[in-house]
Amino acid sequence: MPASLGADQQVRPASPDVRVKQGSMTSTLLEVRGLTTQFRTEHGVVRAVDDVSFDLEAGETLAIVGESGSGKSVTALSILRLIPDPPGRILSGEIRFEGQDLLKLSDEEIRGIRGNRIAMIFQEPMSSLNPVLTAGLQVAEPVNLHQKSPWAAALDKAKELLDRVRIPDSKSRLAAYPHQFSGGMRQRVMIAMALACKPKLIIADEPTTALDVTVQAQILSLLKELTRAERSALILITHDLGVVARYADRVCVMYAGRIVESGPAREIYENPRHPYTIGLMASIPRLDEDTRTRLMPIEGQPPNLADLPPGCAFRPRCRYASDRCAVEAPVLESIGARHMKACFADVRPA
Amino acid sequence: MSAQPDAAAGPLLEVEDLKVHFPLMAGIIVKKQVASVRAVDGVSFSLKRGETLGLVGESGCGKSTTGLAILRMVTPTAGRIVFEGNDITRLDRAEMRPIRRRMQMVYQDPYGSLNPRMTVADIVAEPLEVHGIGDRAERRERVRDLLAMVGLRPEMAERYPHEFSGGQRQRIGIARAVAVHPTLLICDEPVSALDVSIQAQVVNLFQELQEKFGLTYVFIAHDLAVVRHISDRIAVMYLGKIVEIATRDEVYRNPLHPYTQALLAAVPIPSPALEAARPEAIIKGEVPSALNPPSGCRFHPRCPYAMPVCAQVEPPLVTFGDGRAVACHLHTADTAQAAE
Repeated sequence: MPASLGADQQVRPASPDVRVKQGSMTSTLLEVRGLTTQFRTEHGVVRAVDDVSFDLEAGETLAIVGESGSGKSVTALSILRLIPDPPGRILSGEIRFEGQDLLKLSDEEIRGIRGNRIAMIFQEPMSSLNPVLTAGLQVAEPVNLHQKSPWAAALDKAKELLDRVRIPDSKSRLAAYPHQFSGGMRQRVMIAMALACKPKLIIADEPTTALDVTVQAQILSLLKELTRAERSALILITHDLGVVARYADRVCVMYAGRIVESGPAREIYENPRHPYTIGLMASIPRLDEDTRTRLMPIEGQPPNLADLPPGCAFRPRCRYASDRCAVEAPVLESIGARHMKACFADVRPA
Repeated sequence: MSAQPDAAAGPLLEVEDLKVHFPLMAGIIVKKQVASVRAVDGVSFSLKRGETLGLVGESGCGKSTTGLAILRMVTPTAGRIVFEGNDITRLDRAEMRPIRRRMQMVYQDPYGSLNPRMTVADIVAEPLEVHGIGDRAERRERVRDLLAMVGLRPEMAERYPHEFSGGQRQRIGIARAVAVHPTLLICDEPVSALDVSIQAQVVNLFQELQEKFGLTYVFIAHDLAVVRHISDRIAVMYLGKIVEIATRDEVYRNPLHPYTQALLAAVPIPSPALEAARPEAIIKGEVPSALNPPSGCRFHPRCPYAMPVCAQVEPPLVTFGDGRAVACHLHTADTAQAAE
């Protein structure tokens, strides 16, 4: 995985003139416009991400939530141009990061961004760390590669980073291999790698799904604390609505490759306006509710991306669907302060 | 094999001091046991008919092994399992077969637990065949009823598992489990692999079936919100032991064991307003290896209230009123009496 660039990929970092363009002083760090990514599969061409647009402010934590196949991970991978081609392809759109369109960069230029200005943390630390390299080398690698530090200095930096992610006994742990770490400690190593070059944006794709709840809480609060200290923005990809509520400033809800609702976290939870979001909120059992009533599931089955209905993809499961929904796909429209939804019906939570 | 006449009054299932130790072998030619993994190390509880016991804990706590041992799918090292009044701990395969008709299992992975080469009809009919229930035509009829009961259309019977979504596959697994009219279902993480919107459908199905047939559940899960929703009583496990067992409301409203408290505090509530007001109480460390568990109380290296005694003496499970039991030096027999 590109989280740790192999020796054969050690290309020079982006030329300095790429960085000069960061000059624009707006607080919008990332603007995604009309991103569409598709995959060729045995069932035909599947549009995993379909016309997705969103903004991210510097220092903000944005959660992208959705169920399996909703396109949340593909959105993240598209930002870093990590879509395997073939079978995947970014069809259209713009990803403006610090003023430059990442989709227009050469392969060499995007490698200068990855792990440097934008870092990624994957779900499975065991498979995204290189099993035959020590933790120290892997954390030092981006420092050596992007900041051109000599290895000795990069390893000193790696030790500091392991301290920052609170790996005890960091000096001796530099020489340890990934299998010698527990799951939680491995994810700390991943976070150390991600922080190595002080990125402006960290993308964490289900970073704690493989971990136990007490360790999940440790890792997420560490991630939140460190991104806050570094003033990095964080895109947190998750299916866990509890995690979103605890850590996110803003939320994008995805369904079948599209954003169906977005807004400030509190607004999305207290005043959800898309039938899918409303359904999700009603279907989860909560620790703070007292009754043992029946849950209110969203009826029907998850969408099959290779065979989506015309119009709105949620229509077959939607209790507010009208004839219009079958012929026309609703677009994301503003319904309040930074609150957007893609639905024709005017629905409010019960 | 019918239950003994007086069994209906007593508990459906009694587990006493259950231990399951897996030997750890070493050696290239001559294998020798060098240690043992104490996956389950002295677990006791009892279960009434129609009740749901939630079994929660983090990975490696022994919750799944406990479930498998009740079904005798792993051999208990020590202890007793009494089901419907019969001690089944030492029964052999042939003797277990009629018992297995009364206790069935629902698995976590709806992809791995259904044979991809069998049609849904064959999958659901298989336990009927194994236990010699009905002839071909009757079984076919029964399969149609079962599929309808779990919310699948009868014409789906001739399809293969890959044609179904995860939620539908879990419904097939449930139909197979209830086909032989069991009294006890062991559900091992039955909704963990499902999408959020589908989890609720399957949780509701479990509750409907329980009401309809008076089923008794052991519901094993790591998702505390789901467990709280479905369970009457909850046992919290840590490294092979039950650290606290109580009614659902007591566990969630007034958790006594520091591990139960930590576990509950770690689960985020899906409400930004409540989360903002909640103090962050994160415990340190990770679950140690069951190969070499800590001395004394197994939770003491991570416990915010650990005292010197905790590293030396293992706290016994002390019963308080109403069947609540806690294994912690902060809650001894004296404090139990004082509380009453």
